[in-house]
Amino acid sequence: MVVAAVIVLGAFGYLMYGGLDKNVVFFLTPQELLAKGTEVVDVPVRLGGMVAPGSVKWNAETLDLRFQLSDGVKTVEVHSKGAPPQMFRDGMGVVCEGRFGKDGVFESTNLMIKHSEEYHPPKPGQTPQEMYKAMFETLREDGKS
Amino acid sequence: MSTSARAGTRARGLWLGVGAFALVAAAQAWAIASSPADRDMAHLQKIMYVHVPAAWNMMIAFFVVAIASLRYLWKGQERDDLLAASAAESGTILTGLTLVLGMIWAKPTWGIWWTWDPRLTSTAVLFFLYVGYLILRAFVDDPDRRAQWSAAVGLLGALNVPIVYMSVRWWRTLHQVQSSPQTLDSSFTVGLRLNAIAMMVVLVFFIRHRYETARMEREAELLQERAALGGRGGING
Repeated sequence: MVVAAVIVLGAFGYLMYGGLDKNVVFFLTPQELLAKGTEVVDVPVRLGGMVAPGSVKWNAETLDLRFQLSDGVKTVEVHSKGAPPQMFRDGMGVVCEGRFGKDGVFESTNLMIKHSEEYHPPKPGQTPQEMYKAMFETLREDGKS
Repeated sequence: MSTSARAGTRARGLWLGVGAFALVAAAQAWAIASSPADRDMAHLQKIMYVHVPAAWNMMIAFFVVAIASLRYLWKGQERDDLLAASAAESGTILTGLTLVLGMIWAKPTWGIWWTWDPRLTSTAVLFFLYVGYLILRAFVDDPDRRAQWSAAVGLLGALNVPIVYMSVRWWRTLHQVQSSPQTLDSSFTVGLRLNAIAMMVVLVFFIRHRYETARMEREAELLQERAALGGRGGING
């Protein structure tokens, strides 16, 4: 019983103070990715950050998406094929699964939205229908440019 | 327990059940009617009113499992074992509900049904640990051995609860960290708390109901045993 208690407390102590928080990460930030250099080139990795405002280039005909992913310090260009999730837009948190190419572009094969813990009502006068519509319109306009 | 006392307990249990589900219906209706659309996910946010209360209450249920299991190992009383089993069963249902609703929310929000991030993985582990606990109980016939083994597994499973809760803070996950009144607009908080309380009443009802059933099952088992041994007071006695 005492041995079991020591093992359990030890395991919890390790989880809390053992620096596991540095090792177990679901995704790397652009700063961490770039710091790792050639080690992470062309290997499956997850990259997470924010969609840099104004950087989204979406071609609705070829379903081709390019944008800058930023963590506030460094920025990585991401290329992805196919329609992004509904909530994809400027300033949104995103996690991409894919590979960081030699050309410095991250080829994303799976794009996920990382929603924050913040929940707020829309701005005055904005209805849910308008929100969805606006979401798609921004994407369409970006495709034309 | 006398027959009339049992009938009284059952009637009280029935009213608790009716009240619990009426409270859930009222809390849901109020939360859905009173809260605005979220600025990112519009009315998809409403899933929060079941997903989050289910997650909170599953933690309460497994906390009850831990306390009852510890008490059983200490005092060896059968009622603690039956209470742990009832709480574990209710907690498993709530964990399943949390996972399923989380997935339904994740598909339109994150763009995926599932991913192996620390929060999702630890919750899935919690779910399967307690499914294992319930299977273990069904497979062991000897009541003392069943109680001892399941108390050990029940405790082990409950140790996973703080890991599930802290996973979003200890590790970098896709799942967001816990919202607080600072990050959750006040128009959502009252509905969330109301539903958490309603869900807790449902949890109390579930645990109580399962406990009463378990007591009756045990009494029937004992009667059968006595009858098989040819003693008096059995079914054929």
